[in-house]
Parts: sequence; structure tokens; C-alpha cells
Amino acid sequence: MQQLTHDPSLSSYYVNEAFYRRLIEHFTDWQKDELAITAADERDRFRALVEKEARLLDQLRFDEWLAMYVPEFIYWVPGTPDAGDPRREIAISFDDRRRMEDRIYRLRTGYAWSQAPKSRTMRMVSNVEVFASGAARMVRSNYLISEFRVDGTRYLSGWCGHRFVERGGRWQIEVRQVNLIDCDQNLRNPSIVL
Amino acid sequence: MLDKLNGSQIASADLYDWDELVQEDRVHRLIYTDPAIFRAEMTNIFGAVWVYLGHESQIPNNDDYITVRMGLRPIILLRDSNGKIRALFNRCTHRGTTLCRKDKGSARIFTCPYHGWSYLNTGKIRAVPWPDGYACDFKDAKYNVAQVPRVDSYRGFIFATLNADAPSLLDYLGPITKPIDEWLDRQPKGQIRVCEANRLKYKGNWKLAYDNSGDGYHVVFSHRSLLEMENRQADVANKGMSYYKGSPDHKPMYMAYMGNGHHFKDKRPNIEKRSGGLWAVEGPAPGTEYYAEELRRRYGANAEDILDLASSEPVNINVFPNFSLLGNHIQVFEPVSVEETNVTWYGTAVVDEDGVLGGAVDEINALRMRTQEQFPNFGEVDDLANFEEIQRGLACLEDEWVYMHRGLGIPGRVKTDANGVITAPATDEAFMREYIKEWKRLMQATPRLVVQRET
Repeated sequence: MQQLTHDPSLSSYYVNEAFYRRLIEHFTDWQKDELAITAADERDRFRALVEKEARLLDQLRFDEWLAMYVPEFIYWVPGTPDAGDPRREIAISFDDRRRMEDRIYRLRTGYAWSQAPKSRTMRMVSNVEVFASGAARMVRSNYLISEFRVDGTRYLSGWCGHRFVERGGRWQIEVRQVNLIDCDQNLRNPSIVL
Repeated sequence: MLDKLNGSQIASADLYDWDELVQEDRVHRLIYTDPAIFRAEMTNIFGAVWVYLGHESQIPNNDDYITVRMGLRPIILLRDSNGKIRALFNRCTHRGTTLCRKDKGSARIFTCPYHGWSYLNTGKIRAVPWPDGYACDFKDAKYNVAQVPRVDSYRGFIFATLNADAPSLLDYLGPITKPIDEWLDRQPKGQIRVCEANRLKYKGNWKLAYDNSGDGYHVVFSHRSLLEMENRQADVANKGMSYYKGSPDHKPMYMAYMGNGHHFKDKRPNIEKRSGGLWAVEGPAPGTEYYAEELRRRYGANAEDILDLASSEPVNINVFPNFSLLGNHIQVFEPVSVEETNVTWYGTAVVDEDGVLGGAVDEINALRMRTQEQFPNFGEVDDLANFEEIQRGLACLEDEWVYMHRGLGIPGRVKTDANGVITAPATDEAFMREYIKEWKRLMQATPRLVVQRET
């Protein structure tokens, strides 16, 4: 396993120009039939990981959820339907590990009023498709999040692009791009981890 | 050509005894909850004063447009084929259909999807299908698209009003142009480019957001989770909004009321005024350490000024009724109904036409995108939750009053200078008392709203 020079919980060296370039390259034009992996066992492997992630997030088990990710990851919620270049436009969220740990820390303080009381969520994921990207795997899945909070239930829907890499015999998430169908519209209380 | 608008609704002035609703130390709950007041605001405020519509960088070229709203009116804000900025009502003259349904684009001609009437982007009618079926002369100006008669920019910020008697934009802005200038002038050539937005909304009255934007009192309470988060690691304990800790009224920051409803919260005096002073207190963001080291390696001492451009400017510059510059964002309040409001935080990027940043502009913008995402994600959501809870609380009909009297009646606390600018300690509610007085004056008025059609 690769040795990290810096602890990504404490500093952010990996979000750099080369990283952005690779990110954009990996998330451009990747859902191609000729790259699709149709073997049932491999599709099942990634379907199970995406389902597990949904369960952990519904149960707010953030530590276990973070353990599904490589140390230097990105959680990216674009603010435009084609995702755009995150160096040139602000996103709804673009969290590296440290900022995601900030996000979770904040939610756990008990004083994050947008999540006090907390939302109750139930995620459904489906339409899982797996694509090759060199030694990595890109996974597309659709999601529907039912979110109850205070005065009613609402529904957030869209699709996710996961980039999985194999590290030490485990498939881990390097990037998760969450594409809300209404990402460029005004959103009410977008305070849960999607 | 100016048309007098039909005055079919009850004049706002006659709706209520406004002096009863807005008192020196408190306001009545109805100003946040009453649909009739909201309807009146759509003319007396969001028609009669200069309303912010957009930034020139959103329509950089001739024929570019964005669709926005002025109050509830759908507007096509565009730069016509001759380069003139116009705010067209997004409404076909024929039956009222909106002409343009996209958020942004480029068009010389807008053709109504319903019956095919088409218009030039000056608003002039171009053609109607099968004109031999009409006896009228379509050269009559009344068939041209209605547009806002007064559209003006202040250094790239586009405002518009339907009020024939409103002062000039420059006079309307008055002394608040000074902090606006300072906000712009820290970037090369005083330029910025709008680069998408964090778009939020809440179930509450629009004034709850405007009450908040100058408010230094709520910070340590409403944003407690953010402050705790910012302090979770010892080496960042003095960053972000940590200057609110302790007793904020005894810090050099202050609030100011600058006339015509505009208010200003200036936190800059808390920050050391030097190259790199802002960067020194900027909280961590994705890429912080990489970009800081890379720029310092390449630019040496000059890197500090460049890094300051990725740092949040510690001000809230609030132009009544719907525009705010805070951090590096342009925040726009957009009323949707008496109890629903869109709050859009447009991000801004640095523009470096002359290359004074020595090739660092793309990198500093990459970092600036990430610093800007912090507050909407970790701060604003909690304010909006509190605004929604105010709106819920105000459903208690019998408990009628909302108080805003912090600082009122304490000798020497509130000061007025020769230009009429009022200043007070950071947590004072004087800004709210003053702007709501102006709101009352506007609601008591009977403005003369007009539209223009090309001739």
C-alpha cells in the first residue's frame, strides 16, 4: 500500500492541479458500451458495495462509511447537470477527506440546526452499471432518497458515479460524484450527506 | 414610450396603519406572514426600488441572456444585438406566454412557442404568423415586448426599477458604493466573473434573510456548530469566524446603516491589515496546503497577495432589497411567496486580463472555488433552518411582536456621522430598525410604476 506523506485528515496536498486533471478525465465520457462489464459476479460486487454505502448513510454510521473510501478521496456534488470543471465553477459540495470530516464533525456537535432534529432517510439504489477504466472501475447507479424532517417527507433523486480502485485486495471508493437531477435549482436544506 | 400601469389592486398605503405595524423597537408578525403585504411588496419594494438582477459577466457578449425575476415578474436580462443591456418582461404581448424558458443562452430573436409571434432582442416585434388575418398595424408600439424602463449597472452589477420617480442608481446606492468599491478593488482591475452558485431556498419570508445579513448577534448561536468545527484542530483555532468568540461588541468590527435600506457589517478591522492577512485566517479548504506551498515556491513574498484573493473578504454589504456581497459571494434574495424565498449564493472568480498574477489566476480560482463552498454548506443551512423556525413560530397569532431593540436607548452606543451613516457595535440591531423604517416609508408610498416598449 502506498505510503502517504501527509495525513489527509489534517492537510490537503492531494487536491492539486494534476488531481483535478485526472478527475475531469476520469469523469468525462466514461459510460461507453464497449467499456461495460457485464459479468454478473463483478456487477454484483459493486452493486453490493453501493447498497452497503446507502445503508451506512441511512444509519449515520459515518466512520464505517468513511472506511469504504481511500484516504485521499473526493465527494463531489456538482451544481450543474454536466458537472463542469470544478476549478472554474463552485459545486454544491466538493469535499476532500478533511472537509468531509469537518462535515461529519459539525453534524455530530448537536448544534447543526439544519440537522437538529436529524433527517430520517431511506435510500434506494438501482440500475447499477459497471464500466472499466484501466485497472479501476467506474460505477453508475441511480438513487432515490426519501428524507423525512420536521414537516414532511421529500424526495431527492439523481445518479451517482463512483470510481472504485483496488487497494490491498479491497475495492475502495476514490471519487463519488452525486448528480442531483435538480442540482442547478434552489434546494431546501441540503444538509445531509447525500 | 411610457405606459401607466393599471392600478387595479388596493394601494399599499391603504392596507394597514403602517405606524402601528412598524414601531421604534418592534415590528408586527404580519409583515412576515400576511399575503396582502407580500403582494404590496411586489410593487412597492420589488418594483419601485432598484432591484438587483444580475452581473454583467453572466451576459458577456451581445445577444447573451439569462432569465431572472424581479419580484415575481419573469425577466429576460440580456445584452441586445447592439450591446445595450435590457430587462424584458418574459411575456408574449399576445397571450402572456413566457417567451424564453431556458436559464441562459444566446439569441437574437425570441419566438413564442404558443402562436409563433417573434421579437428581436430589443423587444421589438419582428413577425406574427399569417398577418393577413389581422386588421391592426403591428408597427404600433403596444405590440412590442414590455420592458423595465430603467436598467443601470454599478461596476458590473445590474439593477433595474419600474419606478419613474426613483433616484438614479448612483444616488440610490449612496455611501454603500464605498465598501462595494473596496470589495471589487482587491481583485485585479476590480473585476470578477460569476461562476455558478450555491442555490438554496427556505420556507420563510424574504425579510428574514435581509434581517440576518447585517446581524452580528446570531453568529455564535446560529453558527455554533460551524464555530466548533472551525476550532476542532488546535492549529486552526484562530481562523474562520473565531473573532466572534468572547464579546463581539468589544471587537473593532461594527455594523453600519448606510441609508435607503442598505446596511453593512464590517469585520475587516478584526483582521491584520497586511499582505497575507486574510489568508492567515482563512479556514482549511481542499487544496489549501498544496496551493499555498506551490504559489509561495513560485512567487515568494508576492504569493501572499495572491493567496488573499482565495480568502473570504470579511464583510456583508447589503443593498436593499435583494443583494448582498459577503465573503466572495454575491448573494441574491428572491421572494417566491410570503413564506418561501430563494437565496442564491453566486460564486465569483478572479479575472486577470493583464496577467498581473503572473499565471496564477487559474490556480487561485481553483482554491477560491473551494473556500467559497464552505459557508453555504456549513453555515447558511443552519441560518435557513432558523428562518424556517421563525416562520413556524410566527403562526402564534396572539403573540404579535418581533423585537429588534438591541442597542436602542443606550447613550453613546449608536453614532451618526456627517453623511448620515449610522454605526454601532457588531451585535446591535440598529441596522434592522433603520432599514425597516425605510421599508415602512416605501410601503406607505404610492409609486408610479411604468413599463417601456420600443418605438
